[in-house]
Amino acid sequence: MSELVYRPASELVALIAKKEVSSVEVTKAFFDRSEKLNPVTNSYLHLNRELALAAANSADEALSRGEVSSPLHGVPIAVKDNLTTTDAPTTSGSKILEGWVPQYDATVVTKLRQGAMPILGKTNLDEFAMGSSTEYSAFGPSKNPWDLDRIPGGSGGGSSSAVSGFLAPVAIGSDTGGSIRFPAAVTGSVGAKPTYGAVSRYGLIALASSLDQIGPVANNVLDTALLQDVISGHDPMDSTSLPNSLGSMAQAVRQADPKGLRVGVVKQLSSDGFQPGVKELFDDTIAKLVAEGVEVVEVDCPSFEYAVAAYYLILPAEASSNLAKFDSVRFGLRVTPEGNPTIERVMAATREAGFGPEVKRRIILGTYALSSGYYDAYYGSAQKVRTLIQQDLNRAFEKVDVLLTPTAPTTAFKIGEKVNDPLAMYLNDIATIPANLAGIPGMSVPNGLAREDGLPSGVQILAPQMQDALMYRVGAIIEKLYLAQWGSPLLTKAPKLEAK
Amino acid sequence: MSEITPDTVRHLASLARILVTDAEVEKLAGELAVIVDSVAKVNQAVSKDVVATSHPIPMANVFREDVVRPSLSQSQALSAAPDSAEGRFRVAAILDEE
Repeated sequence: MSELVYRPASELVALIAKKEVSSVEVTKAFFDRSEKLNPVTNSYLHLNRELALAAANSADEALSRGEVSSPLHGVPIAVKDNLTTTDAPTTSGSKILEGWVPQYDATVVTKLRQGAMPILGKTNLDEFAMGSSTEYSAFGPSKNPWDLDRIPGGSGGGSSSAVSGFLAPVAIGSDTGGSIRFPAAVTGSVGAKPTYGAVSRYGLIALASSLDQIGPVANNVLDTALLQDVISGHDPMDSTSLPNSLGSMAQAVRQADPKGLRVGVVKQLSSDGFQPGVKELFDDTIAKLVAEGVEVVEVDCPSFEYAVAAYYLILPAEASSNLAKFDSVRFGLRVTPEGNPTIERVMAATREAGFGPEVKRRIILGTYALSSGYYDAYYGSAQKVRTLIQQDLNRAFEKVDVLLTPTAPTTAFKIGEKVNDPLAMYLNDIATIPANLAGIPGMSVPNGLAREDGLPSGVQILAPQMQDALMYRVGAIIEKLYLAQWGSPLLTKAPKLEAK
Repeated sequence: MSEITPDTVRHLASLARILVTDAEVEKLAGELAVIVDSVAKVNQAVSKDVVATSHPIPMANVFREDVVRPSLSQSQALSAAPDSAEGRFRVAAILDEE
């Protein structure tokens, strides 16, 4: 048997169910590796050994009573540190929440516990999920297992580096503009942003409430689908939660048949601005699908040109309101200036000390976008762009079943390369942002190593609202075509991580 | 060019309750001017008759039954507070002393 940590979650769950290996053994294997390698990748901000082993033991006991609680019963998982957990600190990558242990669990965390999935620990992220590299985390950047001098994507770079470095079999992410999909693309892993409302946001520390969506992170499409099946479903605690079920994603993956499929290539996301090697791999994905008899047409989404601009007005506007709750009163940091300050001065000193530069930048930008006299020109227009993007997508989906784009314009860049250029950083999400603005599902699947640098790239699949199953079906088709070419998953080509 | 001046930044930071140093104000004014210039193009894309979308999947009247449910106890709610007294959050003076 090959080492447990390299096994897909779908195999681990079967081995655990057959009692060939216990959940405790699997969980221990991931801890042993994580304790050795986390100093290298900085994937986890907090590891939870005792509690996870206790949960694994309960999972094994339940199995011996014949109880199976979820499609990933007994498989351990890493959770992004912007989801609340009552038994572990939750920082959201910020000094303002350092040491805070929440009073309630996020609904997704409750589902993991009920589904007998031991929580290995909490993963690193850009502060309050604002960023695409983890360089804005107050606790240092995570490292890309393919090249430790490079970023693992963000904001969910802790989860992507944990999964692609085999420090966790699966992980939870959140995606506001690409924070699951961009990290998946640059680490050669898989990540999906479900339809808005498919997964409850209760207990997710909000960045931009109309864009945020929790989703699964894994090393292959089936594991991603199994995890979406565990965490999705209606939740009365989230008023934006979809009332209806979207069906089983794992079932859709198992029916990966390209017959009759129509695919659209977005004109605005297939030419300029992409690294040549990334573009070549995307063209190769399309060629592979055409060879399978898939119909491919070009579709025009002219409003996509304005997506990044609209996003960087809507997101800061919503974030500036959401982050007003960090006010030194009920939880988190409090900094009291000298003298006899008023609460207003305490708040300002606390927020000065507790927030990093990108968070301050976005709060102030959002405050500007919402301020009287500018509201219509900025926030109002951005919301209208959102309508136009939805209209573009509706027209496109009349002609095709799904849209494909490169997930990211480049492969992983070097740590430090873009950190002082906010605008360059914002453009990493050029292909992923439209899905958040329109509430549609999107996922990234690896499609090879770019010829310039030998680093992974991903193809993004976008489907209409509620059609997550269709997206997974196409993801599985693409994955299957590449597995036939490569012989083994892309991650088997990654360099082996060595302890410091 | 946008109208982001150091004074604008000072005003916005004070609205957002973030203390900023003079050096930060200068830096932020430069960065925000570049960002605002690049996002201002949303204006060109839209006309008066386009309806605004605030939420990707419209939902209305999401209510629940008005029944009492278990919730945090007072001590749980106060457990993470930087300071509390007599079952309440304790904060600095709200009004300046005259």
